[in-house]
Amino acid sequence: MTALLTLTVLVLVAIAIWQMTKIFELSQLKSENTEIATDSDNKYNGYLLFGFLIFIYGITIFSFAKYNKMLLPEASSAHGGEYDQLMWVSFAIIFFVQTITQALLHYFGYKYRGEKGKKALFFADNDRLEFIWTIIPVIVLAGLILWGLYTWTNIMDINDEDDPLIVELYAQQFNWTARYGGDDNVLGDASVRLIDIDRANVLGLDESDPNTADDVIVKELHLPVGRKVNFMMRSQDVLHSAYMPHFRAQMNCVPGMITQFSFTPTVTTEEIRLNPDVVDKVKRTNAIRAKRAAAGETNSDPWEYDYVLLCNKICGKSHYNMQMKIIVETEEEYNKWMAEQTTFKETVTPAE
Amino acid sequence: MSATEHGHEDHGHHHKETFVTKYIFSQDHKMIAKQYLITGVLIMGFIGIAMSLLFRMQLAWPGESFSVFQAFLGKWAPEGVMDADVYLALITMHGTIMVFFVLTAGLSGTFSNLLIPLQIGARDMASGFLNMLSFWMFFVSAVIMVISLFVEAGPAAAGWTIYPPLSSLPMAQPGSGMGMTLWLVSMAIFIASSLLGSLNYIVTVINLRTKGMSMTRLPLTIWAFFVTAIIGVISFPVLLSAALLLIMDRSFGTSFFLSDIFIQGEVLHYQGGSPVLFEHLFWFLGHPEVYIVLLPALGITSEVMSTNARKPIFGYRAMVASILAIAFLSTIVWGHHMFISGMNPFLGSVFTFTTLLIAIPSAVKAFNYITTLWKGNLQLNPGMLFSIGLVSTFISGGLTGIILGDSTLDINVHDTYFVVAHFHLVMGISALYGLFAGVYHWFPKMFQGRMMNKNLGYVHFWITAICAYGIFFPMHFVGMAGVPRRYYENTAFPMFDELTNVQVLMTVFALIAGAAQLVFVYNFVVSIFYGKRGPQNPWSSNTLEWTAPQEHMHGNWPGAIPHVHRWAYDYSKTYENGEYIIPGQDFVPQNIPLQDNEEELNH
Repeated sequence: MTALLTLTVLVLVAIAIWQMTKIFELSQLKSENTEIATDSDNKYNGYLLFGFLIFIYGITIFSFAKYNKMLLPEASSAHGGEYDQLMWVSFAIIFFVQTITQALLHYFGYKYRGEKGKKALFFADNDRLEFIWTIIPVIVLAGLILWGLYTWTNIMDINDEDDPLIVELYAQQFNWTARYGGDDNVLGDASVRLIDIDRANVLGLDESDPNTADDVIVKELHLPVGRKVNFMMRSQDVLHSAYMPHFRAQMNCVPGMITQFSFTPTVTTEEIRLNPDVVDKVKRTNAIRAKRAAAGETNSDPWEYDYVLLCNKICGKSHYNMQMKIIVETEEEYNKWMAEQTTFKETVTPAE
Repeated sequence: MSATEHGHEDHGHHHKETFVTKYIFSQDHKMIAKQYLITGVLIMGFIGIAMSLLFRMQLAWPGESFSVFQAFLGKWAPEGVMDADVYLALITMHGTIMVFFVLTAGLSGTFSNLLIPLQIGARDMASGFLNMLSFWMFFVSAVIMVISLFVEAGPAAAGWTIYPPLSSLPMAQPGSGMGMTLWLVSMAIFIASSLLGSLNYIVTVINLRTKGMSMTRLPLTIWAFFVTAIIGVISFPVLLSAALLLIMDRSFGTSFFLSDIFIQGEVLHYQGGSPVLFEHLFWFLGHPEVYIVLLPALGITSEVMSTNARKPIFGYRAMVASILAIAFLSTIVWGHHMFISGMNPFLGSVFTFTTLLIAIPSAVKAFNYITTLWKGNLQLNPGMLFSIGLVSTFISGGLTGIILGDSTLDINVHDTYFVVAHFHLVMGISALYGLFAGVYHWFPKMFQGRMMNKNLGYVHFWITAICAYGIFFPMHFVGMAGVPRRYYENTAFPMFDELTNVQVLMTVFALIAGAAQLVFVYNFVVSIFYGKRGPQNPWSSNTLEWTAPQEHMHGNWPGAIPHVHRWAYDYSKTYENGEYIIPGQDFVPQNIPLQDNEEELNH
């Protein structure tokens, strides 16, 4: 069906091309038989340049009207607010510049289209103009650089102040595992060389380190709202990237080293589900999924909004499905959940 | 300067040329340019673009069965459904082929070879033999890369950036076996070829300029090719070292990039290496590479735009300064690809600073192009339209670089479709437009005065221009919604369900754009044989190549090499009384001496 549709589109395009060539040909006077642009070529293409400007504005407006609602909801982390603000300001500047420069470029293309006998202006240099459009970007960019660097330094300053929760994110082809420090909130030592699948020591924890005993290993990331989390990331095979878009957080997981990222979640899963934008998104998505279910397709169960951790560094065949659910909840809920988990000592098979 | 009067005798037709020396192992720069154009752009370009259409279909209609998949992918598309491994192979090879083979070798190889001798007034390149060697090494590397598509386990599939460990462990993915070996061998040969070419360009520009062709009178095309060659010589060897170390890791058990790996039930012996080191080495070339691709396109645009606007390029000195500034900065910004790679965040700050600095010369260039159009007498030939199109996509794509270059903002859009949209507009589409502008503009120079059909050219431009925005503008939104790149399908995340429609829209535009390129190929091939012959100087251009006869000859000019008396941009120059310098003609070619009471401006 889609193949047929594609074929139809291609045939129509071919016809359109043929017709357009005809139009261009007919628009030229018969006597002029040259491959160099004539006055009428300049005229038609000048108009088309102006039309193209409208097209650029059109596709911008269209995309905003139709796709803006599909973007991520407002950030659910403490630093995310500042991130969103910087993004917004950068976008405002970009769109301002884009609108003006595209207008000038295409309008000039239309306005100054060539005509026989017209004289172009010999205008080769103007130091003042060039100074102006060098200094304006310098100032604007200096502002953005300073703001960006200030925010960056704050985000990347990973420290132990405010009693952060320590969580390890462990990546492997093609799934995620999280490890909590347990009662002492300290992660025990680990190395891939200590992995012993038969004894259920899948993360290679060092059993001789007293800190490992109470570590908790889970497949679903639970975070208490309002408490800073310091993530320690490891990978056992290839590069992965821990991408948590709702929290404006991302860091690569690199075999052979421990990378870090830190943020404070500010909105619980329950709260984000009540966010009007999210409610709308879920409604739209479930309409799509209901249609799919009606057509008897798989992957069509109704969806409940959740935070999610994605792999965002190409890692092999199932890269596209390497994910882990994140649940942000209140302190009490988190403690209750944590109390139900088993520790490493309880799960690992004792050495004989 | 170094115009050699005796040069003509050396290159005269004393010896009889055979088919082999004329068309295959030719040492003539014009023939080598055509060889690059046909191998690099037409053949490799066709393969690269066709691959992108296949994976775009998979993205729009995930898991759907297509007979084209079955036809082209065979066992990798059981029952016509694309396999996840081959999807990764397709995106990897698309990136590799487009970046290196089409836009580096194809673009630079074609136009540096064609234009450097012709525009500076030289009989040929400094070393015709090295030039021939450079092309044939490129050809061998292209053949090896194409052969790698047919190996048992599939071609390289670790992304065009081939980050280890994924690219070094055959057990991590099938493409990292023989496919990756061939990829590395091909690229090693490619780099050698590129170095030979670049050194030749540099030497030629420095030594073989005709009398009067000072550096400040060089057309901007030559400045761009010259500086591109310099960046290539500085950065490509670093990629070679990365490739060699990767070959060592893969085949000889060293641990340059690998450490602490447990895969498929066993611990590997590697210890102490770092994948981050590879990222540094790769991007030390990888980022300048972006400008290796883009600068020649900008150079071509400068020339084509000025000629067709019948105006001097605005701010010649600023344009040269921007090229130099971009070239310098391009070698110290590579870290912006690695903000979240695990490298020290302080380094991230430094790279943010240098990266945003590079926006300044880029902005100057964009403004200068726009001012060049102002009050011109624009001859909207296809080449001119592609040049205007280049400025448009260069601005649209460049502006989002401000977001990606900012380490803070990069955190959440890194490796998403936002990046894909950004670099396709700013380097992919822009460079392609520069390439097309060059082909339409210099086609008569390549094929004995025959010209390409302008109407087909207009159709080609307008469809391509609309589709390019149609594909890549909405793509920014997909990225902002958090969709990662290099996902075989996005169905595993219900949060991306509603974005499938956007993917369909982009794919339809991509298919139409792909079809429009066939118009170009048809026009190109037919015009070689049946194109109408135009005048010797069809675009009324000032540069020296149009003073050479249409018929190709070894040595370019039948008599003495023309001398140069002025810069390349005396379009619509008038005396104080408003009369053109040469009555009835709005341009003054570079070989025309200064007229009486003509004022020479100090550009």
